[in-house]
Amino acid sequence: MSRGRFGIHGGQYIPETLMNAVIELEEAYDHYKNDSDFNRELTDLLNNYAGRPSRLYYAGRMTRDLGGARIYLKREDLNHTGAHKINNVIGQVLLAKKMGKNRVIAETGAGQHGVATATVAALMDMECEIFMGEKDTKRQALNVYRMRLLGAKVHPVSSGTGTLKDAVSETMREWTNRISDTHYVLGSVMGPHPFPTIVRDFQAVISKEIKEQVLEKEGRLPDAVLACVGGGSNAIGAFYHFIEDESVRLIGCEAAGRGVNTAQTAATIATGKLGIFHGMKSYFCQDEYGQIAPVYSISAGLDYPGIGPEHAHLYDIGRAEYVAVTDDEAVDAFEYLSRTEGIIPAIESAHAVAYAKKLAPEMGPDKIMVINLSGRGDKDCAAIARYRGEDIYE
Amino acid sequence: MSKIGKAFENKKAFIPFITCGDPNLDVSRQLVLAMAEAGADLIELGIPFSDPTAEGPVIQAASTRALAGGATTDKIFLMVEQIRKETQVPMVFMTYANVVFSYGTRRFIERAAALGMDGLILPDVPYEEKEEFDQVCKEFGLDLISLIAPTSHERISMIAREASGFVYCVSSLGVTGMRSEITTDIGQMIGLVKAQKDIPCAVGFGISTSDQAKKMAGVCDGVIVGSAIVKICEEYKEDCVPYVADYVRKMKAAVLSAD
Repeated sequence: MSRGRFGIHGGQYIPETLMNAVIELEEAYDHYKNDSDFNRELTDLLNNYAGRPSRLYYAGRMTRDLGGARIYLKREDLNHTGAHKINNVIGQVLLAKKMGKNRVIAETGAGQHGVATATVAALMDMECEIFMGEKDTKRQALNVYRMRLLGAKVHPVSSGTGTLKDAVSETMREWTNRISDTHYVLGSVMGPHPFPTIVRDFQAVISKEIKEQVLEKEGRLPDAVLACVGGGSNAIGAFYHFIEDESVRLIGCEAAGRGVNTAQTAATIATGKLGIFHGMKSYFCQDEYGQIAPVYSISAGLDYPGIGPEHAHLYDIGRAEYVAVTDDEAVDAFEYLSRTEGIIPAIESAHAVAYAKKLAPEMGPDKIMVINLSGRGDKDCAAIARYRGEDIYE
Repeated sequence: MSKIGKAFENKKAFIPFITCGDPNLDVSRQLVLAMAEAGADLIELGIPFSDPTAEGPVIQAASTRALAGGATTDKIFLMVEQIRKETQVPMVFMTYANVVFSYGTRRFIERAAALGMDGLILPDVPYEEKEEFDQVCKEFGLDLISLIAPTSHERISMIAREASGFVYCVSSLGVTGMRSEITTDIGQMIGLVKAQKDIPCAVGFGISTSDQAKKMAGVCDGVIVGSAIVKICEEYKEDCVPYVADYVRKMKAAVLSAD
């Protein structure tokens, strides 16, 4: 079996043209991950540019209102550019720079990863091109403008369903076209090895901090950690340092869209089956002939027909649980957190908040729950207003 | 020698590709027969995939049309059954890993072999991942075709040693599609293959004109053309068969003239 496996999942299912590029990336990463200068630079940027460590905030009003577990919010929404995506991007662009690349390309769904990539490309003086589903460029128009403002070129992708999966396909195609000076900054824990491992390692700072912070505040580990899951980068980041701590429930919240019993869903664990796509073996929403399903979620960032291979493995061995949250539940949670705590979550993160609302009352007041608030919701306000039947100008 | 080997015996081969089900499966069947008649030595049958990451816009669009028109793996198997009643031209499937894997790798390969297919090309299965497909292909006598690319460099020897049928040399960086110029040193790539193994080498990606075909055939054993043929199918739809046959005849002549 090939390298980069998580149980039966993962691998490197990519065209021969890209093989030396991913091998070169793996070699560079294996070298720099233990390089003290690289790590010093990375930590300096994470702390002084991105604003880490992010806060672990005790959500007192939400805790009292739900009447169960003590709820903490890991405030990844307070990072520079407004989401966890910057953690991975700083790491990968720094690595690309060390590898002598001067151009970065990336896919984006909601635009958060595209904005983060454009931001760090501006900071490090790299050429930047972003591929985004045409449908997503419309529902996330503000982020398209932000990327352009930051100096990136944004390519709308009209093939397929015009969403995140098509943006990933098109970025892979572009990479095969121009490899020598270009690094593909993959935005989630997916794709061919070594991406799922690299992205996980750069996002693992989230659970490292949660552990330190919760031990300081509560003197013990949490009972549950919740995060939304599309490809799964913020979730694996929030889970990683708790995987060995079996008492901590790890709960990934997938986007059910209009419901797991409808065709308009993006809940991969609930509705997908084992397959091979976008460089990896994992679970995918697909038909009986292996054609990838045109998935749907109100959240452009979770609107993806697959899940990262490490999540697929954590599911197989029963270490993590995956639940499905509908559009309606996520929108309710989006409004609930805004009114209860004065924090507007990204619609992606609102999927985790929605499940927390169900779970917290079932847990005793002596229990501790952490929700990874992966991003902020400013970008979603116009779309949520539309969902509620109100048209506002962005 | 496998039937694929015979396609290259004592001659330069011309290898056309079509997307099965574009414009429909009956026309695809007629296309195979007409291309064999027009001199095709080996035919690549593309089983459409929803998200073909190695294809350029022409074959992407053909895949979308074929799937929208109802083409499925099972219906394509039935088409092959019909074709095999009329021609023994060597044929290989070209598709993506998930199409084979989701059908059941063993079930797919066993069925394809029983129907008289000769090989399988999976552009998203590199050397490192080939084992799970190649073992079954060997068991049922199909050749799993290996690809080498302009970026393969030192990997070519390793790939060539385990190659079977023929080696598919990707002419250029990027995805499938017509190109005005091919700048890769194909002769050097092929030299690295032949140093390891006496196996035919066919060049694909970007070839559309007879001049390009003739030039390529001068340094390799066969020329593969996909997008240029799919483009004719797109333009003439149900009436495409004679146009494709003419094109194949012209390209075959160009390839032979390189001898």
